[in-house]
Amino acid sequence: MNNKSPRWIRIGAPIGVFFAVAIAWHLAVDWFKLPPILLPKPYRVLQAIWTERLRLAQGSWVTLQASVLGLAASALIGSFVAILFSQSAWIRTALYPYVIFLQTVPIVAIAPLLIVWSGAEFRTVVLVSCIISIFPIISNVTSGLLSIDPNHLDLFRLQGATRWQTLLKLRIPSAIRALVQGLRISCGLAVIGAIVGELFVGNSGTSDGLGALMNAMQANLRTAELIGAILACTLLGILLFLGVELLNRWAFKRWTIDTGFESDG
Amino acid sequence: MATVAIQCEGLRVVFSQRGANQTILDGLDLAVPLGQITTLLGPSGCGKSTLLRVVAGLTEPASGSVKIEGQSVRASQHKLAFVFQESALLPWRTVWQNVRLPWELRQGLSGQELESRIRTVLDLVGFKATDWHKKPHQLSGGMKMRASIARALITQPDILLLDEPFAALDDMLRSKLNDLLLRIVEQTKTTMLFVTHNIAEAIYLSHSIAVFSQGRIGEQIDVDLPFPRNSQVRSSPEFAATYGRVSESLIRNATV
Repeated sequence: MNNKSPRWIRIGAPIGVFFAVAIAWHLAVDWFKLPPILLPKPYRVLQAIWTERLRLAQGSWVTLQASVLGLAASALIGSFVAILFSQSAWIRTALYPYVIFLQTVPIVAIAPLLIVWSGAEFRTVVLVSCIISIFPIISNVTSGLLSIDPNHLDLFRLQGATRWQTLLKLRIPSAIRALVQGLRISCGLAVIGAIVGELFVGNSGTSDGLGALMNAMQANLRTAELIGAILACTLLGILLFLGVELLNRWAFKRWTIDTGFESDG
Repeated sequence: MATVAIQCEGLRVVFSQRGANQTILDGLDLAVPLGQITTLLGPSGCGKSTLLRVVAGLTEPASGSVKIEGQSVRASQHKLAFVFQESALLPWRTVWQNVRLPWELRQGLSGQELESRIRTVLDLVGFKATDWHKKPHQLSGGMKMRASIARALITQPDILLLDEPFAALDDMLRSKLNDLLLRIVEQTKTTMLFVTHNIAEAIYLSHSIAVFSQGRIGEQIDVDLPFPRNSQVRSSPEFAATYGRVSESLIRNATV
């Protein structure tokens, strides 16, 4: 949408669409005589969210923790792997196919195996979240570490900079923008990973995150509550995205916003 | 005869691209006198920037040698500084931090001595104290180039290599920065090897102009205009005569 649109349009238009969809949904349920078990009316969903607010809040908190830990682990491990890749073409050539392999293996297929290895525990949920969100970090940060302005590299060579100095004072600061872009992609994936992990781990009854909650709601055909849980998952994704933006503004501002690369996020 | 700061002998540089070899420098000889500005002039792609990179030790020649004040490039790299066509300032550092960078990498100078030297070079290139802590994206093109020159001067190099540093600037700014370079040479006695496409700029700045021809120096023309120079010299008959000589040399050497 044009940024020059009046403020009331920019705020009002999405809200208008929300109400239009809710009304259409309500009318469609009436028109097609859909049973609540298949598709409850919007107000029934709101009622269910209110009734289940405590369980949903607790579940969201558990899933949020798993997602944040999974994302943090993927940021740390992914950046470390990217730094290794940037330092040796040999390591990059030998290991990059396996990183691609990690990306292409369907996580749903390996989640049961992870539970066998790591147990039906919270840590397994974090592990799934990490595995599913790590590829964009490795890919973006590696690219950021390697795509250095040739003049900057020449400048460091002329000053006789060591490999370590070049990494610390040039490559890593240059790659922070790429890390933020990777985090923006990965934050949604981290939530998906946590929920997938909980869907599996939840069956064992040791996790009470949103995924486990959704499993129970689906088994009991509580569709309105299930839709409420889905909305909570979406909210978590948005929260994590906002968290990444806050991190960008507070911690990485010097390398991203303050350099004129991004105007104001 | 002036002491030679840079001596290039029989330099040959060949680039391979998709199996085809392209000779960029073909037995080039050049002597750059100490404390003077020598300009490399020639059409695009003739090897001016490549020569600068060879002198800086950034490109290895296939054969031939470069001596900096009688020593190999490797042994005397600390005496050199390079000003790139783009300012090449690190965008996340302020002007002050960018100018400090060479000493962070080399080490050996810190504390008050370093701060004092940063102030001196920023003053020399005409930076106001209010702009010292600005980031590159907050500066104009001319200010960025001044910061880049300050960064090159912070190590007090004997030799300054400048690769078309003012190519992207307008005529007014270019003229101001030309005067700045002349002032720096006058004050610091730094030897400069300067690359440009602009004949008037080459004449205004140089003691001597080396015109490229087929990967070698086709002709070296001494500029007999008195120092210190100012903008009035540009309208003198001697300037016009030199302009004519250099233009003819460029055309002659381009068609050899």
